[in-house]
Amino acid sequence: MTERTELAKKTDSEIQPAMKKNEPVMRPAVDIFEDEGGITLHADMPGVSKDHLKVKVEGDTLSIEGDAEIPMPEGMEPLYADIRATRYQRSFTLGSEMDTEKVEASLKHGVLTLRIPKREEHKPKKIEVRVG
Amino acid sequence: MFGTTALFDELQRIQQEMDAVFGATPWANGIRSSTSSFPPVNVGTAAEEVDVYFFAPGVDPTSLDISIQNNVLSVAGERHIIREEGASYYRKERFDGEFRRTFSLPEDIDPERVDATYKDGVLHVRLQRKESSKPRQIQVS
Repeated sequence: MTERTELAKKTDSEIQPAMKKNEPVMRPAVDIFEDEGGITLHADMPGVSKDHLKVKVEGDTLSIEGDAEIPMPEGMEPLYADIRATRYQRSFTLGSEMDTEKVEASLKHGVLTLRIPKREEHKPKKIEVRVG
Repeated sequence: MFGTTALFDELQRIQQEMDAVFGATPWANGIRSSTSSFPPVNVGTAAEEVDVYFFAPGVDPTSLDISIQNNVLSVAGERHIIREEGASYYRKERFDGEFRRTFSLPEDIDPERVDATYKDGVLHVRLQRKESSKPRQIQVS
């Protein structure tokens, strides 16, 4: 009896991660531009609040992740849906010249803004041309 | 509403790609549908209400024009993206410009009882059904 229960539990926990993998994810639309000081990224993530947003840098990979929270009345049935997932996910690789320690993130009206500055030594320096 | 119907997702993706390449799909479009799919819309129905969600991030909510006429819900607005001058752009995927999306509502909507909220970039329009059309329990005597 006990053995059986344990076995059932084990199967459950093994199934869970696999199901998570199949969860549909959306790729948020982004604008990315670079200026002298660094790179700025804007990402559309409607429905995501600050508490459900995760921005992380691992090695040279920057990843953004968020869960949209949509208030729905009980017993609601879908009639039409352009959006069929609640999870956003996208990642980018960064060059070594980016200062990953100083990434700044803000979120307003469902738009994430990230500022990734360049390391001081990589910021462009003006070279004066002397006219001889 | 957020079902995991992978087959439909795949079909939708194919349709979107075809739209992008050919401009239009061979089958008929809704007369009020537009080429722009911004903002994406989800619609759900419940016993007492119909809920319409417009996924429109980065929009000034006071600039949105929401109206109902002849049972058609229409939302118009503009998202103006300020481009940084002198910066080099690598990606410009986000929608920029004016938009309008319309949706035909079920017949029994009460146009007097509608409210709209904008939170985290999602415009949620709640439309109540008319009293007379709510499901009633009928007792057998």
